[in-house]
Amino acid sequence: MPGRKGSGSMDKIIVENLSITYSDGVESLFDINLRIPIHQITALIGPSGGGKSTFLRVLNRLNDLADVAKTTGKVLIDGIDILDPTLDVIALRRKVGIVFSRPLPLPLSIYQNVSYGLELMGEKRKMVLDDAVERSLRLAELWDEVKERIHDPANSISGGQQQRLCLARTLSLQPEIIMLDEPTSALDPVSTAKIETSLIELKKDFTVIIAPHNTQQAGRIADHVAFFLQGKLIEFSSAEDIFTRPKDVKTQDYISGKFG
Amino acid sequence: MKENQTRNFEKVITRTIQFSGYSSILFVLLILFFLLSEGTPALFDVPLSQLFSERWYPIEGYYGILPLILGSLVVTLGASLIAVPFGILTAVFIAEIAPKWLQEIMKPLVELLAGLPSVVLGFLGILVVSPFLRDTLNLPTGLTALTGSLLLGGIAIPTIVSISEDALNNVPDSYRHGSLALGLTRWQTIWGVTVPAAKSGILMAVMLGVGRTIGETMTVMMVTGNAPILPTSLQALFMPIRTMTATIASEMGEVATGSPHYHVLFFIGIVLFLFTLLVNVIASNISSRKLKRSERILS
Repeated sequence: MPGRKGSGSMDKIIVENLSITYSDGVESLFDINLRIPIHQITALIGPSGGGKSTFLRVLNRLNDLADVAKTTGKVLIDGIDILDPTLDVIALRRKVGIVFSRPLPLPLSIYQNVSYGLELMGEKRKMVLDDAVERSLRLAELWDEVKERIHDPANSISGGQQQRLCLARTLSLQPEIIMLDEPTSALDPVSTAKIETSLIELKKDFTVIIAPHNTQQAGRIADHVAFFLQGKLIEFSSAEDIFTRPKDVKTQDYISGKFG
Repeated sequence: MKENQTRNFEKVITRTIQFSGYSSILFVLLILFFLLSEGTPALFDVPLSQLFSERWYPIEGYYGILPLILGSLVVTLGASLIAVPFGILTAVFIAEIAPKWLQEIMKPLVELLAGLPSVVLGFLGILVVSPFLRDTLNLPTGLTALTGSLLLGGIAIPTIVSISEDALNNVPDSYRHGSLALGLTRWQTIWGVTVPAAKSGILMAVMLGVGRTIGETMTVMMVTGNAPILPTSLQALFMPIRTMTATIASEMGEVATGSPHYHVLFFIGIVLFLFTLLVNVIASNISSRKLKRSERILS
């Protein structure tokens, strides 16, 4: 089992022997074992098609919407097996938020994009909503750019701002774990930097899992790195170890750019 | 030489297509001209105050079209009250809730229903709905405004379902996933995200459905009893009524060409035309607003 060195902190997520097969017969994950520590940034790296997105979507059961034929193994979040069919998926998704790679705000105003989750859950007090919107937008490093036009349509802001809006939307419900699936793949360097700054700030209160779209991003922000290749977890270690002394030759080849 | 031939051929094709395109404008204008030329003399034959009075009895020279206008409105309103909620809910069910195999059965069925000739629906009204209403509500006759509303609702529902369902299907999955990923339930996602995102398409479906009910003739003629009584209270729902369309259809055949009665029937046609025009203008306004919004998203 790939281990993790030099951390005395708690494990937020424990994955044991996780395997996933899609209904068209494609196996997406093979026997994954992994422990994701609380209040740290864990990056999943590897070439596309390696199972990173599938892995993220297991953690909040979004895979329920895909054609998954078989899931075996255990995924424990705070000690609870989330693959249990009787689990309250809605509660899980509130606890484990996700930001997708393409910024896709809803066709509403900036304010409403952040507030609608809370509103639909029954929060009507304007004070509470205003506070939540401001707090979430500040956490996503977007507040200063949009506070003057908070009621403008969300698609009037730039792609980079939209992606931070999606992050704020996820944050508004105060999840415990935030997952980001290639959040900056469509963004300019300035927006990317802002999101990275925001994530480093966020790990104080949240557990962050990111599938960065390039290895350099993992190097800039991650505390731990998991290397996925063709559905297998090749190596999981602290970021420092992965980048300076990888144990597996495939990891080394990937990081040094021999394939990717 | 060969090139010249091709060019001539192209020219013929272009002209043909142009003619087809312009002909639709031409036909609409011709119809409008015909309606106006035959209908406006009614304004000289019958004084305006009498035209909009409440007594329709052409044999004795009473040409009050108010009961007919209100009759059409009552039946249309009743049909909308039935068809709009029912149609939208059915569309939501097909698009968002039903499993795939059920979707594939229900969609063609609804479209088949849309193609049902209205005469057949009228049969159903006379033989089933009307006796049923007469017996259960203990009415003197089952041929009432309510019967017409129920059946017209049945005509509008397939249109509303089919178009709303398309609108719901056009909502990108990313909206649904984004909402579900936030931990919203399926219902919250449908009512909070999917339906609002498809709002303009659904509104257009409603307008087109309502447009169909205003113009519908055969069914209402068969089941509403055709008595030109001015509907003044809620009670009128359970009494016979007569619509503009049914009046034109039933009386046009035996009217003397050029008589005041003839002109008034055409005048009713103009009023009907204005109603459907209004509904269509509203519908196209809604759809062009939708276009503008999607253009904004793309930019």
